[in-house]
This record gives sequence, structure tokens and C-alpha cells, in this order.
Amino acid sequence: MKWLNPFFWLDDKVSPRWRGVYTLFKKELLRFWRVAFQTVASPILTALLYLLIFSHVLESHVKVYDQVSYTAFLVPGLMMMSLLQNAFANSSSSLIQSKVMGNIVFLLLTPINTLEFFAAFLAASMIRGLLVGLSIYLVALCFVSVPTVYPGWIIAFALLGSALLGTFGIIAGIWADKFDQMAAFQNFVIMPLTFLSGVFYSIHSLPPFWQAVSQLNPFFYMIDGFRYGFFGHGDVSPWLSLAVVGSFLLALAWLCLKMLKSGYKLRS
Amino acid sequence: MKIQSNSPSSDEVGFRFLWDSERSYVAAAIEISGITKRFGEFEALRGVDLRIEQGEFFALLGPNGAGKSTLINLLAGLLQPTSGSIRIMGHDVQTDYQRARSALGVVPQELVFDPFFNVREMLRFQAGYFGHGPENDAWVDEVIEGLGLTDKAHTNMRKLSGGMKRRALIAQALAHKPPVIVLDEPTAGVDVELRQMLWAFIQKLNQQGHTIILTTHYLEEAEALCERVAMMKHGKIVALDTTRALLKSHAAKQLSLRLTGPLPTQLQSLLKQQNGDEVVLALSELSQVEMVLSVLREANVAIQDMQLQEADLEDVFLNLVGNQKGASA
Ligand SMILES: Nc1ncnc2c1ncn2[C@@H]1O[C@H](COP(=O)(O)OP(=O)(O)OP(=O)(O)O)[C@@H](O)[C@H]1O
Ligand SMILES: [Mg+2]
Repeated sequence: MKWLNPFFWLDDKVSPRWRGVYTLFKKELLRFWRVAFQTVASPILTALLYLLIFSHVLESHVKVYDQVSYTAFLVPGLMMMSLLQNAFANSSSSLIQSKVMGNIVFLLLTPINTLEFFAAFLAASMIRGLLVGLSIYLVALCFVSVPTVYPGWIIAFALLGSALLGTFGIIAGIWADKFDQMAAFQNFVIMPLTFLSGVFYSIHSLPPFWQAVSQLNPFFYMIDGFRYGFFGHGDVSPWLSLAVVGSFLLALAWLCLKMLKSGYKLRS
Repeated sequence: MKIQSNSPSSDEVGFRFLWDSERSYVAAAIEISGITKRFGEFEALRGVDLRIEQGEFFALLGPNGAGKSTLINLLAGLLQPTSGSIRIMGHDVQTDYQRARSALGVVPQELVFDPFFNVREMLRFQAGYFGHGPENDAWVDEVIEGLGLTDKAHTNMRKLSGGMKRRALIAQALAHKPPVIVLDEPTAGVDVELRQMLWAFIQKLNQQGHTIILTTHYLEEAEALCERVAMMKHGKIVALDTTRALLKSHAAKQLSLRLTGPLPTQLQSLLKQQNGDEVVLALSELSQVEMVLSVLREANVAIQDMQLQEADLEDVFLNLVGNQKGASA
């Protein structure tokens, strides 16, 4: 069963001080890795179906940037969308499940502190998001060539985006009491924000009013900055995107730690 | 507090010193002072004080809704008290929660489990959360064996039977080998074999110095195992004493007699019950039997039938917390 545990080589090297957070991180990672077909393979397949259908339908109609085919344009958007959704899904579903099942007590009984709790859930979420995003890229390369002009920006936005949604997922997981509340959160907040952020189009193709609205959506900056890394073009400057996404991340992380520290909904 | 913390080393020495001086007297395993807990308007705990020494085997008894689980959840930091404080092995559960929780293992009353992992994995994770690594695996295996889970060590938690899940739940509380172990109705829904196995294992831990606190509705269990008992009712402790003292003071031995004549007046003060020609006398000590017999002989009343019954904790319980029985039983 060793292949099921990607950690066997690390297990006896962690010091007792860090063992708690390491164990939680490992458990969270194994939780999705054991069902990777559902948590990794299926979002990859979904993204590829989008790619296939949209590029087939729209390839000849939409020209976003010169020298960039629509299919190529679509790839970073789909990568980012899947990365964000999966980072969110990982922490939020783990927490809501443990809360509904009641097994969250096993965690609450331990000396693991707020920051460690946050870090472990966040890191596992980021890894799932990044894994899905990267896999979509690798598979897409079979169909279409996608340039990578500024790898540094690509990595920065992948990390920030997954961290932001991982954090968002922890907040939602703590807040929600039932699965349907979580589903509502996902369908009415996360999905619209991702779909309306410019995954499938450049906001320059929108009427001015909707351009302005799109610029209020933090997800737009994650996708635009990410795409800038691939093509060297974006709708706004990557620095602006970095500032917006970075501030959002800090604000959400602060809120999340505050919730955890106060015991909100976890220790009444 | 840190007046002389100019250099990290002096700070550390100060810290050690404090810690050592704290340990130089023996801290209580559990020290509960003035605890109240409200849920909205409802007051679940109304001023609880309780000190349990290290190495005790202690029972917390009371009818459904008395506040036992609420008190345990406060110990574990799963709830925050409305007022009062709790220390575990000398560490405050709020301000020094990491050390307090490390010292504590809690078996929750609800049958909860994590459906993603098997028994051994879960136990290792649980020990890991407390800072234990592979060096602890031998202990985990000992717990698995002690609770009769060896066959199920590789079974997913989801696929265990109810009683097996209860065993795994108990094992999880023990995974980090805590000095203080709290079991909230560990034997609910558990077969006789496991109950014996469980108590043998828990008694062994107690002999090794672990402090054990349990709640149960099987009062004969508490009577057989626990040296000291607290009885709770409506959020308060109504009795707190050694099991022996409680038995002695509250419910004496009962002597049932069927007599040929009326009960001599000298014995009227002992009369507890009379059903037809059967009289039940309450005795505080066994030696009173002789006295009863001699009085009867002198009064020329013969005995047709006689039965001596030991009082048990259930009598005390009924005496103290009202006429509803130990509930789930
Ligand atoms: N989270 C909560 N919100 C509101 N009321 C609660 C909550 N938890 C417990 N109570 C109430 O507090 C009282 C004490 O409950 P508790 O679970 O501590 O009882 P118990 O002594 O463990 O009973 P049992 O023997 O049935 O397990 C009950 O009246 C219960 O309804
Ligand atoms: Mg209870």
C-alpha cells in the first residue's frame, strides 16, 4: 500500500513540534488522493470537454489577441477556473463533511493551533488546485501549443489563486452547517464569479458597462494575471492584478484566522 | 510577565523554572472551579466544582440531561464555559490549551468516525496530531490489540459494526497515551465480551498511573470499578464521595423477613417497608443482623424466611437524584 502514501519517505523525519500540522496536511492530502479519480481526473476531463466544445464552436469566430488562437487563449482560463474550483472544493468539502459527520471533534481535541489548522487545510487545497491546473495544461498541450512568455507570473498567480480559494473554502466550510448551504455557496457565489471573470472571453469584447462590472470581480484579476504570464498580454497590468489578488488573499486569510481563533461555529 | 527577557536564553530559563515550580507540587488531574454553562437561556451547568487527583478511577453519574457530557466537552475545549475555569494536570484549558489537551484523551458519547481511512491509519493520524510519530506505532498496536481490533485494523471505519466503531472511538482517545482519560458512556451499545475486555484494558492503564473518568448508565459498572463517584442532577453535583462511603451512608443493607408474629416495637425504627407479612428492615451494618435475631428470639417470633440484600449504587442513585431510574437502562 506504499504507493497510496506519497509520504512514506518523510514520515520519520518530521520533528515532534511540526508533527501535528504535518499529520493534518498529510491526512487532507490523502483524503483527496485516495479518490483521485473523482477529485483530480474528473475535473480534468470536464475542462477538456469545455476546451473541445468551445474551441470547435468559436475558433473561427473569436479573435482575442493577434497571433493567439482562441483555443490557446482558452487554455489558461480553463486551467485557472479548474484550479480555483478545486482548491475551494477541497477545503470546503473536507470541513463540511467532518462537521456533518461529527468527526471534526478528533481535530478539535488536539493541541493543533489556529495557524497550523489553517496552514494544513490551505496547503492541501493548493496542491489539489495546482495539480488539476497543471494536468489540464499537460493534456491540452497534446492538442494546441500554448506559449509561456512569463513563467514567473504564471506560477505567482497559480499560487495566489489556489491560496485565495483554499482560504475561501475554509471560511465556507466553517460557516456552513449543511451540505445544501455549501452547494448554494458554490452555485451562487463561486460559479458565477468564475464564469463571469473572463475564462471564455476577453473583457475587452464586452460592452463598457459589463467591462466595468467585470473589473469588480476579484476572479477576473486572477485569470487575467495568469493569462498574462502565458501570452504577455492582458486586459489590465499584471501588477494591478497582483495587488488586487494579494490584498484579497490577505483580507480573507485574516478573516479566516479570526474565525478559527474565536472558535466560531466550532467551539460554542 | 517577561521582565528579564533581554536574551532568549534567560527567557527560556525563566520559563523552565516556572514550569518546574508548577510541577513541584502534584497537580490535580482535573480541577474544575465554579463552572457554569448556558445555552441561550438554558443553564446546563450551574456552578460545578470538582477536583480529581492523579491516578483516580472516577465515575460521573447522573440521569439523561444532567450535564455530564457538557462538563466533559468543557474539559476538552469543545465548548467554552460561561464562567469558571478548568485545569488539566495543572494546565488551564483556555490559556494553556495545548498542554491541557495533550494531557487529555476523550471518548465522545456520539459514535463519530472518519469514513476515509482504516482503523490503524486513523489511530496513527490521531497520535500524529499530538506530535507522535512512528515511535508511537507500537503503542497504537497495543491499543488495537487491547480493544480487540486486531482483525479490523485494516478495515475502513465505514465498514465497522456499531460496537466495533465504539472500540475504534475509544482507541482514538488513547492513541497519544494521555495521562488523563475521559470516557463518555464507552459501553453504550457494546457487548459483554468487549465490556470486560475494555475494563480490563482501562484498569491496566489505571494501574500504570493513568487517571480515568467515566460516565455510564450501568451503575454496577461504576460500583465495581470506581473508587470515587460524583452524582449530577440538573447541572449540579449533588453527591461526591468514595463509592464505599456513598453505599454506606445512603442505602444500607436490606433484610427481608417473613415472620410468624408482629414485628417487635424495638425493631420498628429499622422498618423500611411492609408488604403483607413480609417486612423489610434497613440495616446500616452487618452486625445489626445479630441484634435483630436476638430481639426476635426474645419476643418469641419465629422466622419463616429471610433474605439479606446488599445495597447497590442504584439505590444511592435513586435516593439522590430522584425516582427516575438510570435512564437508558
Ligand atoms: N449544544 C447545546 N445547545 C443547547 N442545549 C444543549 C446543548 N448541549 C447540551 N444541551 C442541554 O444541556 C443539558 C445537559 O446535556 P448533556 O448532554 O450534558 O447531558 P448528559 O448528562 O450527558 O445526558 P446523557 O446521559 O443523556 O448523555 C441537556 O438539557 C441538553 O439538552
Ligand atoms: Mg451525555
